[in-house]
Amino acid sequence: MVARVQLPQAAKRGEVIEIRIAIQHPMETGFRFDLMGKAVPKNVINSLRVRYNGAEVFRAELGSGIAANPYLQFYTVAEASGEFVFEWVDDAGERGSETAAVAVT
Amino acid sequence: MSFFRLPRWGGFWLVALPFAAVCHGAEPQKLAPLKSGIEFASADVRRLQADDFENPGMLWVARGAKLWGASAENDGKSCAACHGAAAKSMKGVATRYPRVDPEAGRLVNLEGRINLCREKNQQAAPLAHESGELLALTAYVAHQSRGMPAQAALDAQSMKDFERGRALYHARIGQMNLACAHCHDRNWGRKLAAETISQGHGNAYPAYRLEWQSVGSLARRIRACYFGLRAEMPPFGAQDLLDLELYLAWRGSGLPVETPGVRR
Amino acid sequence: MGTPARRRFISALAGIAAAPVLLARAARAQGPADPFAPLVRKLTGGAAVTPGRVTIDTPRLADNGHSVPLKISVTSPMTAADHVRSITLLSGRNPRPLMATFHLGPKAGRAQVATRVRLNGTQRVLAVAQLSDGSYWSGSAEVEVTESACLDAG
Repeated sequence: MVARVQLPQAAKRGEVIEIRIAIQHPMETGFRFDLMGKAVPKNVINSLRVRYNGAEVFRAELGSGIAANPYLQFYTVAEASGEFVFEWVDDAGERGSETAAVAVT
Repeated sequence: MSFFRLPRWGGFWLVALPFAAVCHGAEPQKLAPLKSGIEFASADVRRLQADDFENPGMLWVARGAKLWGASAENDGKSCAACHGAAAKSMKGVATRYPRVDPEAGRLVNLEGRINLCREKNQQAAPLAHESGELLALTAYVAHQSRGMPAQAALDAQSMKDFERGRALYHARIGQMNLACAHCHDRNWGRKLAAETISQGHGNAYPAYRLEWQSVGSLARRIRACYFGLRAEMPPFGAQDLLDLELYLAWRGSGLPVETPGVRR
Repeated sequence: MGTPARRRFISALAGIAAAPVLLARAARAQGPADPFAPLVRKLTGGAAVTPGRVTIDTPRLADNGHSVPLKISVTSPMTAADHVRSITLLSGRNPRPLMATFHLGPKAGRAQVATRVRLNGTQRVLAVAQLSDGSYWSGSAEVEVTESACLDAG
């Protein structure tokens, strides 16, 4: 899955930083029909987890009410230099992940 | 004859030629002022297009960047192998399409040119119309011209395609019995239900349409217009669609490429 | 002026005339059935939800129901002692009313999440936040969603 992640490369300890993620995914609702009249099966990214230096800082359970090519913007407190790991999974079991580093002074 | 004395019939042509130019009804008219579709969009859509991270079309551009550097099937060369960095080699390319490809001898749009390159130089099968890969590559290549004015130039070879495109643009079609010109030349800026009619330019394509929940090509958008008029949609790759794309490119010359645009 | 008897008769008439209006007002005060009530009950296990502290930022008129920008903010110091644990977003009209649940915590720093949602027609959306003290707060927004003026089959 194509995904893009955005967060500051550097931050001060204690600073609240903004994190954005965009994932290319149809978020198929299961309510659509193809040209042959057959229902297109539901397949949405149902869960996204963000860990910062190993600790979970954000988790989202998503449904078909989230628009295609899901976009999420949220915040976290910059504590120490390290890595953010983003992991998600869709109904078909396909997993995706991205990482981003931050330098905290 | 003195320099200052015109031949007896000279005065006639001085008046006749400018008069003819103004009165010649078949001269194609461009809209003024030229306005990109983004100027008719809501604040939310404008914001989406302006923010390179929030713009969903950038996901296709990101994929296109990956495909650019990847080997084509059968271990074929990647685009990068010949063209190097797209930011340099593809800069300005999208502004010149559609055009008549000298080798193929026919009018091609950017999608068609990419496929010609794949077949000839990468020994790869052409990518299917509206496939994820073709949209990604086209969006990526066109994106390298973002901000540059579209300049589809007409020449002797493309004149026939252009004339056909212009005729199509002005022809009434479908159950609604309307031509493109009725909405986009005569009524741009006016409301159609809750929406404002744009001038119908293609400078933002391939674009992410909220209605499609995906990036799509200009051909797809033109087909959707046919559907809106309750007319039969020309199939992807049809000459009619290409001719219309050429006419639209000429009609919107000067507008900056916005790919990937965001539209509702 | 007039006689006391006539005045009493006119007052009685006024009282009778007012009765239906008062009854209707009483009925309206109860309001139409809240579509969110059963969902919210299930979510909170019956615990009370106080309207407030939760704001939903979303356009009044959506460009297209397929993709509507939406931001939820909850007023909270976001400390270890006092923070937002989760925010649940509910739709008043979608076929699946539970749209998303966001799990925050003191490490979040700010209780604010933005995303893009699908809205199946004009409706109210409701966000319910659970705080670290177990209390529930809510906020809502109304969004008008119209069909595309020029139908597009794809």
